[in-house]
Amino acid sequence: MEKTVNVKIAGLGGQGVIRASDILAETAFRAGLAVKKSELHGMSQRGGSVSSDVRFGREVLSPMIPAGESDYLVVVSSDQVENNLPSLKPGGVLIRPEMIDENALTNKKSLNVALLGALSTRLELPEALWLETIREAFKPELFEANANAFRLGRSAKE
Amino acid sequence: MALKLAEKMLIHGDEALAVAMLDARVALGAGYPGTPSSEILETFSQIGGRGEWAPNEKVALEVALGAAFGGARAVAAMKHVGLNVAADPFFTAAYTGTAGALVVVSADDPGMASSQNEQDNRRYAEAAGAPMLEPADAQETYDFFFTALEIAERWRIPVLFRMTTRVCHSKSVVVRRGAPLPPPAYGFEHDRRGRVMVPGNARPAHRRLRAKLAEIAEWNEESGPNLEISGSRDLGIITSGVSFLHVREAAPEASVLKLGMTYPFPFRKIRAFAAGLKQIVVIEEGDPFLTTAIRANGLPAEGKAEMYRFGELSVERVRRILAGDASPEPAPPPGKPPQFCVGCPHRRTFEILGKMDLIVAGDIGCYTLGVLPPFNAMDSCVCMGASIGVGLGLRHVLPEDQARRVVSVIGDSTFAHSGLTGLAEMAYNPPKTGHVLLILDNGTTAMTGLQDHPGTGYTLGECATTRMDFEAVGRAMGMHKVHTVTQKDSAEDFERLLRDSLASNDLTLIVVRNPCLLAAKKLRARGRAAAEPPAAG
Repeated sequence: MEKTVNVKIAGLGGQGVIRASDILAETAFRAGLAVKKSELHGMSQRGGSVSSDVRFGREVLSPMIPAGESDYLVVVSSDQVENNLPSLKPGGVLIRPEMIDENALTNKKSLNVALLGALSTRLELPEALWLETIREAFKPELFEANANAFRLGRSAKE
Repeated sequence: MALKLAEKMLIHGDEALAVAMLDARVALGAGYPGTPSSEILETFSQIGGRGEWAPNEKVALEVALGAAFGGARAVAAMKHVGLNVAADPFFTAAYTGTAGALVVVSADDPGMASSQNEQDNRRYAEAAGAPMLEPADAQETYDFFFTALEIAERWRIPVLFRMTTRVCHSKSVVVRRGAPLPPPAYGFEHDRRGRVMVPGNARPAHRRLRAKLAEIAEWNEESGPNLEISGSRDLGIITSGVSFLHVREAAPEASVLKLGMTYPFPFRKIRAFAAGLKQIVVIEEGDPFLTTAIRANGLPAEGKAEMYRFGELSVERVRRILAGDASPEPAPPPGKPPQFCVGCPHRRTFEILGKMDLIVAGDIGCYTLGVLPPFNAMDSCVCMGASIGVGLGLRHVLPEDQARRVVSVIGDSTFAHSGLTGLAEMAYNPPKTGHVLLILDNGTTAMTGLQDHPGTGYTLGECATTRMDFEAVGRAMGMHKVHTVTQKDSAEDFERLLRDSLASNDLTLIVVRNPCLLAAKKLRARGRAAAEPPAAG
């Protein structure tokens, strides 16, 4: 991975934006890459817009993705697509809820992980490593639902 | 994800500090939760350290100072505005010094992601005379903490450890040191002349402080945690904290002097760096703290345009500053503003306050969202605890018909933090029309992530402890009327109680008690635990 990969994950407070970015960052970390992740939390985000930046590669400097330089934009809430689009670079990839059949989710709350699944097919990170970090990110009883969501995302259409 | 200790971890700056505290055998960490600092003590407690939530930052710093008087390593952790609350003991702690080590953590919030102002607490280091370190990321947070202890123990002086939102809440890789620090020797030794700051002792203490700072400045010149990167002779950048990382990305070719210890300044080092460089630019977030000092020292360094004083820096903003571009920045796309959770019990209270068109002196917490539509039911919010004093001031001067519409509204954690003295004032100097105080008790410090406080009856480590009884406190402080309202009482009854209280000349305390929805599960579990008989044996 020569170039730093920039992934912005966005949505609303309570949708698992931070959790999804933790899983991505941890997966990249375990793959042996340099990783930085930046987020804001606190009251300001309660029910409001939330986003988190994940950057990984051989070397990462600033923890924040410069405006218009995201390679991937993952948005968990459709109404947050428009205000986050400016972060995407020309030719960057948008991953949005419409790509997932939400009725096929075992647990509706797993949409964040399903979107990570859709992202994962575009990144050079092994699937087994993803599932390992997903396993550790949730309580044991929630693992199957999230693993299913991740696999559902991996088969998502453009 | 719960933090699992390893030699190499991907963690936040806050977590890195907690791990450093553990590895440095810090005996006690005390603080008050506040974004972006809350995770420091939570993590410290979770990984086996002794962390405490104090009622407020002043008390936290005093507790930590006492521990350091006893020879221990101690930390007081807070957000930037918390240091205002703790400023009183902080300034004098610089005079008394310590026997062990005291590190005061200030988590600043440039850009105000979740704060009421964006003060730059680097000013506090200079004002109080405390050496200051500014880490740039999680690894430096870990490493600099040991440097802070080294300074604190060698000079017996409190050290200000200044982090910012992007250091606290950004994750990066941290490698821990091989072995923990050996513990210091504990034990109390009298030092009345050194620690009892009556004027006769304080005058020499101030001189001692300045002498220590002169020595530390000398140390900073030679051995301070400052990093020099030689690059182009055309452009030299002086920077600190997370700004350094933006600088390296925005101008990889520039020569850079990154100051890790920004008070007292290493001026000789700065001058040596600047020698022979065509252009020197200072890149710093917030106030022109470094710029002013460096220019006052006679170096022709350029700062940033005033517009960049507001908000955080970023790679693109650093590019603009270096290009001398002060044209208006593109407006950030509008996000969705925060709002009360669906089903939040505060909603009903603010619906009623809004409907009654009251003058609401508000306070700091989730419930500050009562200012937003559709409620529009808060008229002031200044700092922790201000609701009571501001409400009383309004009562004192407004014409009677308006004075009778004034209510003060405060949360449970905020009341324990700094509402108690306001309540004493309310009883001591009552307005002619009386006053009405609502404590919105949702059983937790909701805004910063559901921490406990003296009103919950539980410690940071989830151990049962004495619970402050707000109603009893109200009666003891001299309230004429004390009421409790819960969700079981109808909105009509609540509204009638408010009307009656406003019409009387009494001092009325109404505790509106409904658990935070996000904390409800935890609170219910505790209710069960309390109801169960203790295990046999």
